[in-house]
Amino acid sequence: MEVFVQQLINGITLGSIYGLIAIGYTMVFGIIGMVNFAHGDVFMVSAFIALITLLLLTTWLGIGSFVIALLIVLIVAMLFTSLVNWAIERVAYRPLRGSFRLAPLISAIGMSIFLSNFVQVAQGPRVKSIPPFFNEVVVLTPESSGYEVAISYKQIVVWVVTAALLVVFWFVVSKTALGRAQRACEQDQKMAALLGIDVDRTISITFVIAAALAAVAGTMYLMYYGVVSFADGFVPGVKAFTAAVLGGIGSLPGAVIGGLLIGLIETMWSAYFSIDYKDVAAFSILAITMIFLPQGILGRPDVEKV
Amino acid sequence: MEALSPASRVDLARALRQTAITALIAFGLLLPLIGFNTVQNIHNELVLETRWPLLAVLVAIIAAGRFLHAIFIAPALARRALRPRQEDAERTATRARRVRWLTPFALGFALVYPALALSIVGTQGAVKWVDNFGVQILIYVMLGWGLNIVVGLAGLLDLGYVAFYAVGAYSYALLAQTFGLSFWILLPVAGCLAAFWGILLGFPVLRLRGDYLAIVTLAFGEIIRLILINWVPVTNGYAGISSIPRPTFFGIPFNASDEGFAARFGLEFSPVYRTIFLYYLILALALLTAAMTMRLRRLPIGRAWEALREDEIACRSLGINTTNTKLTAFAMGAMFAGFAGSFFAARQGFISPESFTFMESAVIVAIVVLGGMGSLLGVAIAAVIMIGGTEIMRELDFLKVVFGSNFDPTQYRMLLFGFAMVLIMVWRPRGLIATREPSTLLNAPRAARLRKQKATQPSLAQEPHG
Repeated sequence: MEVFVQQLINGITLGSIYGLIAIGYTMVFGIIGMVNFAHGDVFMVSAFIALITLLLLTTWLGIGSFVIALLIVLIVAMLFTSLVNWAIERVAYRPLRGSFRLAPLISAIGMSIFLSNFVQVAQGPRVKSIPPFFNEVVVLTPESSGYEVAISYKQIVVWVVTAALLVVFWFVVSKTALGRAQRACEQDQKMAALLGIDVDRTISITFVIAAALAAVAGTMYLMYYGVVSFADGFVPGVKAFTAAVLGGIGSLPGAVIGGLLIGLIETMWSAYFSIDYKDVAAFSILAITMIFLPQGILGRPDVEKV
Repeated sequence: MEALSPASRVDLARALRQTAITALIAFGLLLPLIGFNTVQNIHNELVLETRWPLLAVLVAIIAAGRFLHAIFIAPALARRALRPRQEDAERTATRARRVRWLTPFALGFALVYPALALSIVGTQGAVKWVDNFGVQILIYVMLGWGLNIVVGLAGLLDLGYVAFYAVGAYSYALLAQTFGLSFWILLPVAGCLAAFWGILLGFPVLRLRGDYLAIVTLAFGEIIRLILINWVPVTNGYAGISSIPRPTFFGIPFNASDEGFAARFGLEFSPVYRTIFLYYLILALALLTAAMTMRLRRLPIGRAWEALREDEIACRSLGINTTNTKLTAFAMGAMFAGFAGSFFAARQGFISPESFTFMESAVIVAIVVLGGMGSLLGVAIAAVIMIGGTEIMRELDFLKVVFGSNFDPTQYRMLLFGFAMVLIMVWRPRGLIATREPSTLLNAPRAARLRKQKATQPSLAQEPHG
């Protein structure tokens, strides 16, 4: 039981990170119908930006307060990652709009290869680790019990930041003019353009929002694990995509639910079955969902039109 | 001149403004990752170093490129857009003639390449040139042609193609080591096993289309790789399988013994004979793939593949069994990957899961798509450019003189590869050779008329087929 609760806590933390990345996949798929293959690598780039900002703050400027440092790191990472994703959309995807169906996917695969190798060349192939900090934990079990269930402060931070940003994000998408424009483009781009919505700009903003959420995930990942390397984009990217598919691609709450489910499945699988095969489990879920439940948990069934 | 100058001055101002904006964006993009470098100091702590000169140089290069684009390339493109269609049609026709002449030339060059290498760089150098460039490129040509059946003909994007390559390689390695069977027996066995896996993995994904199919095949490819890593008793995990038996010249081994190839034929022993044999072996396998593809395109099954690529619903309405059609495409593509895989294992003598990562699949897909889906020649050209280009990066030692001694060009291979993928996709989304002759035409006079029509209406040749 204690193991289960502990894994539940770990799984929700991991799932929050997956959920944040999954939103990026689901939004981009919803608006232009492409699997943004480079999104996992955008997440990795954001973790590197967060790492550099953190080092800048702690070693150069000597900021000691954890909360202030984290806030600044978050904002800087979100800003720069948004710029990166905006530029990617502008350079690699926009010229291919209206091209044949697989063209943007191929371009995105190329972008993914480019990004991970760019980081490898620019920052070196070694795993970067930050010194451990902020390691306090809250012990939930009474002292007499053998197995200690604990929530670390880091996990609480991940939960709080994720929840807060999801609320902000939900507000933007459902209550503002921008969100309305976005949902309109999702339904019918031509009609939206006829009604005076700047479709290109809305798509750009979608990429910016996706990148900002990926940057939050990247910062949380760096803080929670303390390590990042240039190769860390691919597997979390595929798992987040699995989460988006599981939740129903195009559905925003679905992406979060899918992320939490994938995080939980992964930690439970590692705890009860075999840690070697945890990625096999995630990939199998992807294949099984695609085959038996292609519309996902909350997605609308895909109607085939002639 | 008088009348033109104000317009050109305005253009210059606009170009400068665009350049400034681009420079600013480039600065923002490169500032974190190029401006700062994270390095470990002697206490094993991460510290930051700055690289302002490098940042300035890169931003300047990007700005200069943007400026040149704004004042030279953009106006040229605008002029080309205004040019009458007729001119374009003639260009297409000459290009098509040039392409027709290219095929026999490329084939002839491939046949004499080892002799050419031998005569130019001698026996010592030829091993490297034939192996690194010849064999390496031909493996990818073969894989590209094999995947072309799945992606180019049947229109199913398979991102896990490398899984079948791995099945072929591991089948050969394990069966050759366990049962001591020869390469020539195991080559078809490996192909059959890969085709079997193609059907096995193809079966559940047949209902999916487009992107979804791509992602599921990616998942399958990764699952197979992870199983190869974790199933240590059979596959030896990360350590891989070593000392795999090498192929023989129809029973005569390539070694220094009295029974060896060199001794039997009265030649001086040299590793170059094996390399040349491997070269012709993979050339023959690749040409087999190409010949099969060309024949299959004329058979009902090949036509069904192409029909399936164009419109699945129409196919079903016409009574084509889409399940079987897709499965045969998957199996056929997988079989050629299996052949290539067993060749790869025999050539390397060592295989490990590292050789079968998703990156390999991405490279093969890139070759097929960049070459122009469905075009055999295009795929071959793309393989030469992408693989030959990345291999040549290993040879550019003179760059060390320019950039300093710790400059390693091989680091930049995949970086440039990814960049080239994006660039070619943006520049020519239909691939290098986008015009494709129809597989079949109803009768000869009509065919001639159609070809004439096509030459005058280039838009017909550019009909979407993805």
